[in-house]
Parts: sequence; structure tokens; C-alpha cells
Amino acid sequence: MPMRILVIEDDLDAAGYITKALKEAGHLADHAPDGLEGYALASEGNYDVLVVDRMLPKLDGLSVIRSLREQKIDTPVLILSALGQVDDRVKGLRAGGDDYLAKPYAFSELLARVEALARRRAGPTGEATSYRVGDLELDRLSHNVTRAGEEIVLQPREFRLLEYLMRNAGQVVTRTMLLENVWDYHFDPQTNVIDVHVSRLRSKIDKGHATPLIHTVRGAGYMIRDGAR
Amino acid sequence: MTALGKLFRSTGFKLQAIYLLLFVLFAGFVIGYVGWNTRQVMDSQIRDTLEAEIRGLSEQYRVGGIRRLVSIIDRRTREPGASLYLVTTFAGEYLAGNVDSVPLDILDRPGVHETFYSPEDETGPRSREAMAHVFILPGGFRMLVGRDLAERERLNEVIREALLLSLGLVTVLACIGGWFVMSRVLKRVDGMTETTRTIMAGNLGGRLAVSGNGDELDRLALNLNAMLDRINELMNGMKEVSDNIAHDLKTPLTRLRNRAEEALRNARTDEEYAHALEDTIEESDNLISVFNALLTIARLEAGNTPSSGATFDLAETARSVAELYEAVAEESLTPVVVEIDPGLSLPVAGSRELAGQALANLLDNAIKYGAAEGTNAAPIVISAGRQRTADGRDMAVVEVADHGPGIPEAAREQVLERFTRLESSRTSPGFGLGLSLVAAVTRMHDGRLTLGDNAPGLRVAFALPLAPLSDTITPPSASGQAAQSS
Repeated sequence: MPMRILVIEDDLDAAGYITKALKEAGHLADHAPDGLEGYALASEGNYDVLVVDRMLPKLDGLSVIRSLREQKIDTPVLILSALGQVDDRVKGLRAGGDDYLAKPYAFSELLARVEALARRRAGPTGEATSYRVGDLELDRLSHNVTRAGEEIVLQPREFRLLEYLMRNAGQVVTRTMLLENVWDYHFDPQTNVIDVHVSRLRSKIDKGHATPLIHTVRGAGYMIRDGAR
Repeated sequence: MTALGKLFRSTGFKLQAIYLLLFVLFAGFVIGYVGWNTRQVMDSQIRDTLEAEIRGLSEQYRVGGIRRLVSIIDRRTREPGASLYLVTTFAGEYLAGNVDSVPLDILDRPGVHETFYSPEDETGPRSREAMAHVFILPGGFRMLVGRDLAERERLNEVIREALLLSLGLVTVLACIGGWFVMSRVLKRVDGMTETTRTIMAGNLGGRLAVSGNGDELDRLALNLNAMLDRINELMNGMKEVSDNIAHDLKTPLTRLRNRAEEALRNARTDEEYAHALEDTIEESDNLISVFNALLTIARLEAGNTPSSGATFDLAETARSVAELYEAVAEESLTPVVVEIDPGLSLPVAGSRELAGQALANLLDNAIKYGAAEGTNAAPIVISAGRQRTADGRDMAVVEVADHGPGIPEAAREQVLERFTRLESSRTSPGFGLGLSLVAAVTRMHDGRLTLGDNAPGLRVAFALPLAPLSDTITPPSASGQAAQSS
């Protein structure tokens, strides 16, 4: 399902690159070169996600977000910023942003986050109590995980990891998204800690089954999906 | 500014002027009050004397008539130190007394007057001041009894002199005091101004003179010197950082450039190009993470304290970071053993994110460099607890101990510096920023980082001050989609 995305970014090169890549990924992308125009477009157009640079001419990114939130426009916002520090992230989220991505970033990271934001908006309100991907089932209340009717025993953190993957089934989740959402850390872990956790989870989920569910997306991250689809 | 203008503007001068004014007002008030009261007392005494004499003389008149009065007055005027007397007819004609003339009109007005008169025995129009009581006798005779006021005038004179003298004295003392203050204090302040000017002009080694007597100016000078030391330290740090950046970032940048160039020259197939580009991206990602680490360290050292005021549980942080690295550690055959009591809670004021990153760096180092030689599976132990330092501060301590080659004692300070890598680890990936970041996080939290010997291996103690018990732990920020189950 294509999404309508508004990119508010004053760097024309970067904006051109993002909109082009978003279109290649099958989405509709508009571009606003400054805060005022971005605010006008965002408050009129029916966008699924806004990508907002923090430093913008005329009206800065955080003010754009604050104004939109005051107008009760709750389109999910991904903040882009050259400032990657902890306190900047906190400021951004406090202003009403939904996610924060420090420059420079990989486009795959941006795409994964934008899609996650849009899906969260489009998805059913409230959390589902159970998820299902192929023959894999996860019950969030009883913490029960079964594949083809067979129970799989998971550590608490593995359960959260699988839960997050399944909530975003069919979508790419990046390593940093996993670190942020499963461990609540935002730093760069340097080593491949996340990969090892995923591969352990994968061995528990996919071992002995013909169709693997957890897939590695090269250069981006991971995705859980029904292999038969 | 002229020397005089400078004088008038100086704080010392203003203070002196205010004190001088206050002293002058005070002295004037005291002397004036005493003088005025003395005069009142003298006046009332004179009045009483005059009253008594009038009463006595009018009694004599009543008994012996005008003739007797005149004779008594004649006798009295001859006595030494006599009062002033004048008896006239109702028309003002002289009958008796020692007063030559008085203003005519007062003789018609009974009562007490202050007036001028000419004494009888003096020649010339010299008039003197007197207090005179005029009484009209039955029969129309006017009788005046008075007292010369020269005595009172002398008192006034004395008081005036005392006033002038004391004002002069106060002024002289104030000037001496002012000169003392200015020459001592202001000279020192001017000296400080001069020194700061040379420091601003670039002499960063300059320091303010401290006299050693511990007064306000000394305290100010000591604080300013400490501030200058800190500034100098930061400047040197900055210089060091920029030198390091120049040196250590040029290397990977050169490598990046060389690779791109080589691909352009040698790559033939699309696959080869794609491979070269992937390498380039990977290399630039490395550079970005170095930049991020450098920026974080620089920010922490600049004293920017993110999320100040928040409190987090260091024991929970240690457990979750250990859990994050457990899987990797097992893969690399150096398992992580968590020796943290599940019920332990170590509230610390600061940033969970930064403490987590510091602990992650320590574990990362332990996994990379802390593998035991020869024997496999010598575990990395992470433990946590409370500790009281020698100076009585309660600390939350997380220790990470490995069984690797350790760090020689001589190099333990050095490894905390940016871009320091020991010879033995040159071949493994890394930039030498991990421990520098840990050190910066520790400093920012006013904590303590100790590198010790695990015999064999390295034992790092990461200690942050415990938050006061009253502080409650704020739960880690629920970032967006964090699962509610755990």
C-alpha cells in the first residue's frame, strides 16, 4: 500500500535523494523546502508520515511539529537531525515527534522507520493480544509462543524481540530499531550484538521447519514474514 | 579617563565620601544638640535671676518709693559684676542705672527682651547684647533689669570652634582612610584588571596575584585562577582533540579515498563496483561512529549534562547491558557471568543512556581483548554493589573483570586518553575511544573509574555516586513501541 509522505528538508540534494528513493520504494513523496511551506502542506494535505529536518529556514523543525500538534494534527513525524545527542533526541520527542533519526543515516533505516510509523497509524487502534505469522503464533497475554502447534520456550528478552518483529511483520526492522525498542538504548553498539540475538531467536523459531520466517534483509535489517506468501 | 575622573568613579572613593558625610552629620548633630541645650539652660537661669531682682526692686519701690529705688540701684551699679539697671520716667527720661541707652520702644513693653544697649561707662556707639526684663512700676516709672549676654556669646563661640575642629578632624581622618583603602585595595583591583587584560590579550599562563591574607580579594583571585586553570585545561583538551582528529581521522579517510580510487581504476564488473561501494559505505559508517563518539566525549567534557535531574537504576542498567552482550560473548567463547543480586537497586542521578553506553563499551572491550590465553571459557564477570569511598561518598559500583592480558599499570592512565591503543591490540578493530568515553561519562556523573588488576586480566570499576534515598527512580523512557510485556 503506497503511503503519502511529506519531506520537509532545506538541503535540496538530500531532499531529492530521499523523495526519489521513497518513490522507488513505491510511495508518494512531496517535498517542502522550508518550515512555513512544510507547515502549510502538512496541515492541508493528508499525509501518512512527515519527515522533518530540525534546522529549517523560516520556521524550525520543532516549531513546525509543535504547531501541528497544537492544531490537533497527529500525523506521525520522523525527525531528522545532525544533532544525535541524547538530550536532542529527548527534546525532539518532547516537541511531539514520534521518532528520531540522526544524520547521516542509511536510507534503509529511514525507510524502515517511516514505514513503521505509517503502519502504526494505519493499524488497528490498541494493541492486539496475539500475533500470527504463518504457522507461528505469539500470545501476548500468556507469553505463549507456538509454531505449528508446538510450544517454543523463549527467554523474556527473546520474547520481546519476537513480539516486536511480529508486530512489524512483513516490514523491515533495522538493528537500531531493535536496540531502541527491545532494549531501550539508542547508542551504537559497535559489535554485532543484535545479530547474535536474532540468530539465536531464529534457531529457536525456524530450526526444523521447511519455511524460514525470520529473514535477513541485506544492508537493512530483519523481517519476519510468512515465507509462503 | 583622567586620574581625577578615575578617582571619582572608584568604589573606594564613593564609600569614603558616604562615610565622611555620615560622620560630619553625626558630629554636627552631637555638638549642636549639646550647644543648644546649654544655651537653653543658661537663658532660663538668667531669666530666673532677672525675675528675682525685679521682684526685690519693686518691693523696695513699694516700701520707699522712687527715691529709695534710685538709691538702691545707684548702690548696686557700683558693685563689681553688677547687672544692668535703668529706671526712667514714663516719658523715658533717665533717673538711675548703668545703661546709657536702649531702644526706646522696649521700655513701653513689659516682659523679657533680647536687645542691644550701650553701657554707661563706655564711649561711642558700641552696642552690646543683653537680655532685659522691663517692668512698669505703679506711677508710670519704667524699670529695666538686664544681664549682658557676652557669656552666652562666648559659649556659642566655643561650640562653633568645636564644630569646625571636629569636622576638620573627621575630614582629615576620612581622607587618610580613603587613601589607605585606595592605595591598598584599589591598587590590587587595578592589578587584577591589568592581569586579566594581559590574559585576554593571549597570555593564557598569566595568573592573578594572591596576597595570602585570605580576604575577599584573595578568594576572588583564587576562584578566578581556578577558573583560568579550567579554561586552560579545556583549551588544551580541545587542542589535543583537534590534533588527534587530524591524525586519526585522516588515516581512515585516506583508506576510503584509496579504495574508491582503486575501484574506479580496477573494477570491471557491476559486482565488483557494488562490492567497492559497499566497502566505502562501511568505511564511512565507521568514520561516522568515530565522529559520534568524539562529539559525545567532547560534549560530556564541556559539561553539558543531558537529561539532568533524572534518576535511573544502575543495577538494572548493568543487567540489561550484560544481557545485551551475553549472546555475543558466548559466541566468542568468553561467556559473561552476571553476579548481580536480582533484588539489588542502585539509584543514580544521571543518564541511563550514557551509563548504558559506558557499560557496553566496557563489556565490548572485555569481549574483544579479555579472552583468556590458552584456556577457553574463562568468563567475564560483571558484578554490582554499593561502596563507600575514603571521603565518605556512597557509590554505586559496577565491576567488569576479565581474564585477558590486562593493561600494564603504567599504561592505565594513558588508555583513558582519546585514540590510545595498546600495541598488543593494534591489529583488532577499534579506534581507541571506548575507554575515553567511559572516562568522560564517569567524570560527567562525578564518579570514579578505576582500572585494576584481576590477576590475570583487567578489572574495571565504574563507580557513580548513589542518589539520595528520597529520590525515586524514574522508569526508563518508554520509547514508542517498547513492548509492554517483559
